[in-house]
Amino acid sequence: MLKLSHLARLEAESIHIFREVLAECERPVMLYSIGKDSSVMLHLALKAFHPAPLPFALLHVDTTWKFREMIAFRDQTARRLGLKLIVHINQEGVAMGINPFTHGSALHTDIMKTQSLKQALDRHGFDAAFGGARRDEEKSRAKERVFSLRSAQHRWDPKRQRPELWRLYNARMTKGESLRVFPLSNWTELDVWQYIYQENIPIVPLYFAKERPVVERDGALIMVDDERMPLAAGEQPRLRKVRFRTLGCYPLTGAIDSEADSLPAIIEEMLVARTSERQGRVIDQDGSASMEKKKQEGYF
Amino acid sequence: MSAKPEALPAQLNAWLAAQADKDLLRFITCGSVDDGKSTLIGRLLYESQALFEDQLSALERDSRRLGTQGQELDFALLVDGLAAEREQGITIDVAYRFFATEHRKYIVADTPGHEQYTRNMVTGASTAELAVILIDARKGVLTQTRRHSYLVSLLGIRRVVLAVNKMDLVEYAEPVFARIEREYREFAARIGLTQITAIPVSALVGDNVVEPGTHMPWYRGPTLLSHLDSVPPVQQSATQPFRMPVQWVNRPNHEFRGYAGLIAAGDVRVGDPLVVLPSGLESRVTRIVGPDGDLAQAIAGQSVTLVLEDQIDVSRGDLFASAAAPAQVSDLFEATVVWMSEEPMLPGRPYLLKCGARTATATVAPLKHKINVNTLEKLAARQLELNEIGLAHLSLDRPLAFDPYEDNRDTGGFILIDRISNSTVGAGLLHAALHRAQDLHWQMLDIDQGRRSAQKQQRACVLWFTGLSGAGKSTIANLVEKRLFGAGRHTYLLDGDNVRHGLCRDLGFTDVDRVENIRRVGEVAHLMTDAGLIVLVSFISPFRAERRLARSLLAPGEFFEIYIDTPLAEAERRDAKGLYRKARAGEIHNFTGIDSPYEPPENPEVHIDTRITSAEQAAEQIIMHLRKMGVIDRDWVFIP
Repeated sequence: MLKLSHLARLEAESIHIFREVLAECERPVMLYSIGKDSSVMLHLALKAFHPAPLPFALLHVDTTWKFREMIAFRDQTARRLGLKLIVHINQEGVAMGINPFTHGSALHTDIMKTQSLKQALDRHGFDAAFGGARRDEEKSRAKERVFSLRSAQHRWDPKRQRPELWRLYNARMTKGESLRVFPLSNWTELDVWQYIYQENIPIVPLYFAKERPVVERDGALIMVDDERMPLAAGEQPRLRKVRFRTLGCYPLTGAIDSEADSLPAIIEEMLVARTSERQGRVIDQDGSASMEKKKQEGYF
Repeated sequence: MSAKPEALPAQLNAWLAAQADKDLLRFITCGSVDDGKSTLIGRLLYESQALFEDQLSALERDSRRLGTQGQELDFALLVDGLAAEREQGITIDVAYRFFATEHRKYIVADTPGHEQYTRNMVTGASTAELAVILIDARKGVLTQTRRHSYLVSLLGIRRVVLAVNKMDLVEYAEPVFARIEREYREFAARIGLTQITAIPVSALVGDNVVEPGTHMPWYRGPTLLSHLDSVPPVQQSATQPFRMPVQWVNRPNHEFRGYAGLIAAGDVRVGDPLVVLPSGLESRVTRIVGPDGDLAQAIAGQSVTLVLEDQIDVSRGDLFASAAAPAQVSDLFEATVVWMSEEPMLPGRPYLLKCGARTATATVAPLKHKINVNTLEKLAARQLELNEIGLAHLSLDRPLAFDPYEDNRDTGGFILIDRISNSTVGAGLLHAALHRAQDLHWQMLDIDQGRRSAQKQQRACVLWFTGLSGAGKSTIANLVEKRLFGAGRHTYLLDGDNVRHGLCRDLGFTDVDRVENIRRVGEVAHLMTDAGLIVLVSFISPFRAERRLARSLLAPGEFFEIYIDTPLAEAERRDAKGLYRKARAGEIHNFTGIDSPYEPPENPEVHIDTRITSAEQAAEQIIMHLRKMGVIDRDWVFIP
């Protein structure tokens, strides 16, 4: 008798979720953040619909502050796989000159990410958006449904969450409402890395350790990715062998010192180092319930 | 991940290969408020080293700020996620936790224990293979313990761990543990739970959670974690006959047409014959497209795409089943329903039912009973409130292929969706198909409706008068009956008020009762029509759905809906019985037009506007219509 490993079971569940959305929703889209979770999500979506081509577009909400290597990887991935890629930038935010240095991480994230995402979803009329969030990431995510209903204002109401039983997902909604769907809900960070290893999934090179120019700020190692990064008096970028556990806007993403330049080395390091991945994200640290609050406001 | 670094094999690749063989166990934890459930899960995560450093430092920080354990770590803070919960100090929703040992990966559904959130427990239990039921050693088996155990058993979980917690507060006394275990086993056997492992633990101190500890040398059984690690995985679905709900038809071009779905039970090989349900068409599998290319065989739990030998009609919502052991097909079921909405479940009201990939419209026939989950008593019930569980007959608008829930959760479990709000309002378990009314042979009698009508020289039919209270229905119906009677016709007038003195004396004016009231009257009118009578029904009958139901009981052309249209203001002005005044004064509740809705007919056979038509004229107009429709002969003699 064949036996399914836990990764095979997770894979089957994710594929089932993708197909369910395609069957029940009119205009799905995949939010593609270029990170390792997005890479896994895209890999699973391709499997779900094979031999048909991917039946929806990828949407990247570009804050204009992503690492250059992320943008290159994004464009190359779309080209390689022949995917439809929509890149959305909040032009009003650009016109206002919003940036994480003068306006702080909270305002920057709100305008260039949260508001920008709502703009893009409204503009294209998407009624379902796949996201790569996982329940093991953070406490308020642990209670998130796989199919998560958002109001016409894109708000998440923890009290209106629909019960999810068995493999039955309720994708019905009234006009204006939309769904966020999380096919990786039951994956852990280790599952994601093991799967990347098992399936040989391409990821952005920033995950691998390499000498990179960084400055140390408030205990975080920030990579100087381009000339827009203002340096304090006496602050001097230094080359350090670092890698990233999560990817986002480069001024808001802390690197870690690392020698891990291969997948097995990353996994080994993860098992030894044990620092959970969201630590690298500066936005999680303002207030202990901050992720839940951002979700209510429409942050993915 | 008993991923203690020192336990890592030297060869990481070998370690990674070993990971691929890990299986997955999903379990649920349930307990009453303050049983220490969050502490136990927090302890499991902590001791199995599933916590990361920054989560630990956040825990240390939060423990100092919010914790209830003085200088110690408060593990409950790890798992109480939402801000609202922190303020109340209780868990209010299902949360999923993840950890792993060197043997398997675990997904834990952490569900709340108090009364109003039964819905969450059912949700968590629906995907679990095992349940950990917590008991506070000081309190023993409580009402809530019985409720949780009943729900666990109802949802088909057969393996239970009884964790008798807070042993530290009863001086680790063996007799306390033994008494609780005995009492629990007696109760559990009554609800079909027999695979029980009882473990004395102290989540706070850590004894028997991961390590045995030193306080209970009298206990020689496994710790909680070692027991979880050694439980054999549930493999039942692999030995069952093949089932796969068709989720999506994959047709990228003319060359390929495949049917995608997740295999719910059994296995499938290339060449296997299968049957498509409910159509009953048969074919053979020619290709199995798996996630990594073509497969020779696929098993339960895999998402695949099947290609068939024949071009037959298959669409989303159909079920592929083993041709040798197909699933049952029916549109009428006996089912357990768990209600999950603040709005009560009303029998007679249509809801959307989703089972597998199929969505249908379902109506709940009157409930057989509801279940008191504390005493397991069966109680009479007209409707289900939030968190209530009942046994009912479900009637679908189209056939559904299914297996009893006891055999297969995926082809026997369903959710109910409200058609207006789109919320998931209920969940249920299909138990058995019932025979449809049309399959139940109607006793054929030699004398039938046609002969009875012929003897009376008339055509039997129903004249259904609907309208607000005080609209003039009874007055007009009375006039019509007098004329028919005077012409030698055989009639009967069913009056709303009169029926409520006898046949429907037990019914009130809630929505549920109104639906039932109309159903009974519709059935009585139907029987009287069968007796060959012309039946006049004078009923407010405020809901379209129920008038439609009454119409559906009769043959086409036998039902005449007559709308006595008097606007509310006018009916209220007349107020012949003084009822509107009482309703406005709040002395009567659920009064149609005041605090209960009236849905006017959309296409009545006769529409009488009483502002411009007198009762006499209305009666004449109705008689004219009956004559036109051939109910009454054209040469009908009118005897005034």
